[in-house]
Amino acid sequence: MTRETWINVASLAVLLGVPLWALMADEPFIITLATRAAIFALAGVGLNLALGTGGLVSLGHAAFFGIGGYAMGILASHAQSYAPIMEAPFLIEGTKSMPVIWLVAMVTSALAALAIGVLSLRTSGVYFIMITLAFGQMVYYFAISWPAYGGEDGLSIYVRNGFPGLNTLVPIQFFGLCFVILCLVLLLMNAIHKSAFGLALSAARQNETRVLSVGLKPYHLRLVAFVISGAVTGLAGALFADLNRFVSPTMLSWQMSGEIIIFIIIGGVGRLFGPVIGAMIFILLEHTLGGLSEFWHVYLGALLLGIVLFAKGGLIGAFAGREKAHD
Amino acid sequence: MSLIELKNVAAFYGPSQALFDVSLSVGEGEVLALMGRNGMGKTTTVKVMCRMLKNSDGAVQFGGQDIGALPSYKAARLGIGLVPEGRRCFANLSVHENLIAAARKGAWDFEAVCRLFPRLEERRDQSAASLSGGEQQMLAIGRALMTNPKLLILDEATEGLAPVIRQEIWEAVAKLKAETGMAIIAIDKSLKELGQVADCAVILEKGRTVWAGAFGDLGPEETDRYLGV
Repeated sequence: MTRETWINVASLAVLLGVPLWALMADEPFIITLATRAAIFALAGVGLNLALGTGGLVSLGHAAFFGIGGYAMGILASHAQSYAPIMEAPFLIEGTKSMPVIWLVAMVTSALAALAIGVLSLRTSGVYFIMITLAFGQMVYYFAISWPAYGGEDGLSIYVRNGFPGLNTLVPIQFFGLCFVILCLVLLLMNAIHKSAFGLALSAARQNETRVLSVGLKPYHLRLVAFVISGAVTGLAGALFADLNRFVSPTMLSWQMSGEIIIFIIIGGVGRLFGPVIGAMIFILLEHTLGGLSEFWHVYLGALLLGIVLFAKGGLIGAFAGREKAHD
Repeated sequence: MSLIELKNVAAFYGPSQALFDVSLSVGEGEVLALMGRNGMGKTTTVKVMCRMLKNSDGAVQFGGQDIGALPSYKAARLGIGLVPEGRRCFANLSVHENLIAAARKGAWDFEAVCRLFPRLEERRDQSAASLSGGEQQMLAIGRALMTNPKLLILDEATEGLAPVIRQEIWEAVAKLKAETGMAIIAIDKSLKELGQVADCAVILEKGRTVWAGAFGDLGPEETDRYLGV
């Protein structure tokens, strides 16, 4: 095993070990923090496909995170009020079933990513950053001005949604669910990264002309990556909304997009477990330093500055060295 | 029948005209040596064939089909495989990954490429950036072959390489010609090495076709006048 693989295994062990210890120590709040970390990691893993492998710096991924959250919020709120979402031309009712909510969250986020990607991917560099930011803000302001689902105040869900065979209100069970989803998505991303598609996507980031000369169109590769990335981030948004039993336009804000990028940069851009380590450190800093000072973001900024200046491969890069081909 | 044919092609880089009335054709299984001194339009001609540069006038046909309106990736899918000048492998990917990323269905797969260049099998998991110049060139040729082309274009495939490696690459090109019957357009400065494989030749000067014919007909007068050899 390479050093990076050891780091990856260790990070998963910590993410799993901390809530298990908290369970024994009767510290449910720590379990909730670990769940937050797992969900943020999932959002980061989603964005990492577009950003790390595809080189697409999207400042609009909070849109997918929020769309996933609102998919959960809308379905669950209608289920708890017994009012159908729509009656004509066909009946659509709310649901409290997590698998259905996840599916809806992923499909709606993927469709939004497709619509945004089709237009945004015609640009590159700073224009791509700006256009994704603009789309993200459009969705944000739409949510604010949508009174049917809480507008600026957001939408509360009284009871967490259900998953067959589990009591999702028990923190460790909900954590377990999020952890398993994270692991499955990491396996999926690993397979994508090593597939011909993932390699071509990575190659397109390095040199677009060379990729064209072997008969591949970078635009198509990037669009597929952007859609998969949006769907995974949307799934994370649905889980985050379920964790908080609350969804609000904050989930759609550009600060949220920035935070997801920060998870990736801290852990290592393009590294499979980069967002996992980044999200864990972010939550750790938020919890420890946030209790000491409301200006804890200053320390986060210093960490980010240090990583950008001295460890371009993020913390994984600093400890494991440069990314190995075929690792 | 011609596999690729350029008829009276003109092309520009912005306001500067680079090609004037260039015509050439390569038949199936034929090897064409595209020659000329530096800056005479060889790479520009290749770019027009691969649709990386649009021709402003004339026609480009591949397999009897006009490909003038096609983008470069569609031209590549039709069967035009390019080994670009300066090798240009995907540095962050391993040898195996470089080849797999470009793969399309056909006779050429990783094993077939490794049979042609056994060194690539030895370097399978090594990053492309860590390969020697010769190995990178083999990888670039292998990557083009993985697209299963009907026409392989080698743009300065042996430039800057040690004589031993150059010979190895030319032997591989000769093997390709003999065993696969693949059409090849080779750009190189070495007449001697081109002579090992080329059936015909086209010489460009200042963006114009100034000589075309069988490679064996290329005499000292032409080589001295157009190539400075």
